[in-house]
Amino acid sequence: MNDRPPILDVAELRKSFGHLEVLKGVDLQVRPRELVFIIGPSGSGKSTLLRCCNRLEEPTSGSIRVEGMDIMAPGVDINLVRRRIGMVFQSFNLYPHLNVLGNVTLALRKALNKPRAEAEEAGMQALARVGLANKAKAYPNELSGGQQQRVAIARALALEPTIMLFDEPTSALDPELVGSVLAVMREMRESGMTMVVVSHEMRFARSAADRVVFMDQGMILEQGQPEKLFNAPDHARLKQFISSIERH
Amino acid sequence: MQIAKLVDTFFDVQVMLQYLPKIVEGFFLTIQLALAVVFAGIACGLALALLRVARVKAVNFFIVLFADVLRALPPLVLIFIFYFALPPAGIRMSGFVATWLALALGLAAFAEEIFWAALLAVPKGQWEAARSTGLDFVKALRYVVLPQAVRITVPPLTNRTIAVTKGTALGAAVAVGEILYQAQSAYTFSYNPSTLTLGAIAYLVLFVPVVWFGRWVETRFAWKR
Repeated sequence: MNDRPPILDVAELRKSFGHLEVLKGVDLQVRPRELVFIIGPSGSGKSTLLRCCNRLEEPTSGSIRVEGMDIMAPGVDINLVRRRIGMVFQSFNLYPHLNVLGNVTLALRKALNKPRAEAEEAGMQALARVGLANKAKAYPNELSGGQQQRVAIARALALEPTIMLFDEPTSALDPELVGSVLAVMREMRESGMTMVVVSHEMRFARSAADRVVFMDQGMILEQGQPEKLFNAPDHARLKQFISSIERH
Repeated sequence: MQIAKLVDTFFDVQVMLQYLPKIVEGFFLTIQLALAVVFAGIACGLALALLRVARVKAVNFFIVLFADVLRALPPLVLIFIFYFALPPAGIRMSGFVATWLALALGLAAFAEEIFWAALLAVPKGQWEAARSTGLDFVKALRYVVLPQAVRITVPPLTNRTIAVTKGTALGAAVAVGEILYQAQSAYTFSYNPSTLTLGAIAYLVLFVPVVWFGRWVETRFAWKR
C-alpha cells in the first residue's frame, strides 16, 4: 500500500510464560498511516503481541523496531519509546483519583515535564478531538464506558504518538456505546494515524482496516486486505473462525 | 447512702481537683508521645512498604520478618527489653524513648502491611496505563498508584493508629509520666480511686475526638471507582 519504511517492524517474536509459548515467531510490519486489524480466537496471542510492542510484556526473543529503532537493544530508554506508542486498553484504566484533564495531562506534566498551562492546552485539544472537551473537570466514575474509553484515547493522543495500539478497545462496552469509540478511531485513521487494533469488531475491520491479520496459537496464519480475508479465506481455521463470529 | 459512697469513691470532686494539674501534665505528655509514635510509625511503615514494592528478594525477606515479629510481640515486652534489657548491653534510654520506640516499631510493622496490601490492591492496569505513557516506575508509583493506595489505607490505618496510640498507657510501667502513670501515682497518694476516674476521663477527652475523626475520615475517603 505504501513503500515507506515500517513504523513498527516485529521480527521472529517469541514470548513464553513459563513453559507455555504464547508467541511462536511472529513477523509483522506496519507502515505509516496503515490500520492493521488483528483478529483471532482468545488465547491466540493477539494481546500479548500488542503488549510486547511497548514492552509491557518482555519478549523472550526476537526483535521489535519502532521508527527504525530497536526497542529491545540494551540501554534503550523504554520510557522515551513508550511516549511514541499510544496504548488503549480494554478496561480503559483511567486514573480514578484524577479528573479527566488530570488523566490526559499527567504524562505531559510528569514525563515530559511540560508546564501546567502548556500541558492543559494540549490536553484540551486531545479531549476536543474525542469530543469530550466539556467533560474536562469530570471524574472517570461520572462518565459512561464509551466516554471513559475516549478519554483513554485522548490520554494517548495528547503525547502525539506515531503509532497507536488498541487492545480490544470496545470489548468492555455496552453495545450502544461502541459506536462512539469506533467513530473516534475512524476519525484518527482519516487524519493519518498509524494504528494496530486487536478487536472483534468485524464490521469495523471490513470498512476501516487496510489489512487484517489472523492469529492462531501464537502464529500469524493469514493476512491480507479485509475483503480477501473475510470473503475468501485460504485457511480452514480462519474460515471456521469467521463463521463462528458471524453466527451472532 | 450507697450512692453517696459510690460518688465519694469514684467522683470525689475535691480529690479530683487536687490532682487535676498532674493529670493535665500527663495529658500533654500522652499527646506528645502519641504524636511521636504516629509520625515515626506511619513514616517508617510507608517507607518499608515502598521499599518492598521494588521486590528485591533479600530486602523483602527482612521486611516481612520485621513485620511479622513486631506484630507478634506484645508492645509491653518490647518496652521492657528496651528499658531493662538493653542498659546492661550498654544501650541506655529513658522510659519515654523506650515506649516511643516500641510503639513506633509496632505501628510501623502494621502500617507496612496495610500500605503493602493497599499497593497490591491497586489494579495492575493502573501501572500499565501509567507506564505505557512513558512514566517511569517511580513516577507511576508516586502519581498513580500511591495516591490510590493511600486512600484505601485510611480506614484500617486510622483504626490501627488509634489502637497503638492508646498503648502509650504502657509507658506507666516504665515511669513515663503520661496519663495513667499520673492517675496511678495520685491514687497511691490519695487512696481514692477518683484519680483513676479522672485518668479515664482524660483518655476519653483525648481519644473520643480521635475516634470521631477516624469515623469522619472513613466516610470522607470512601469513594467509588
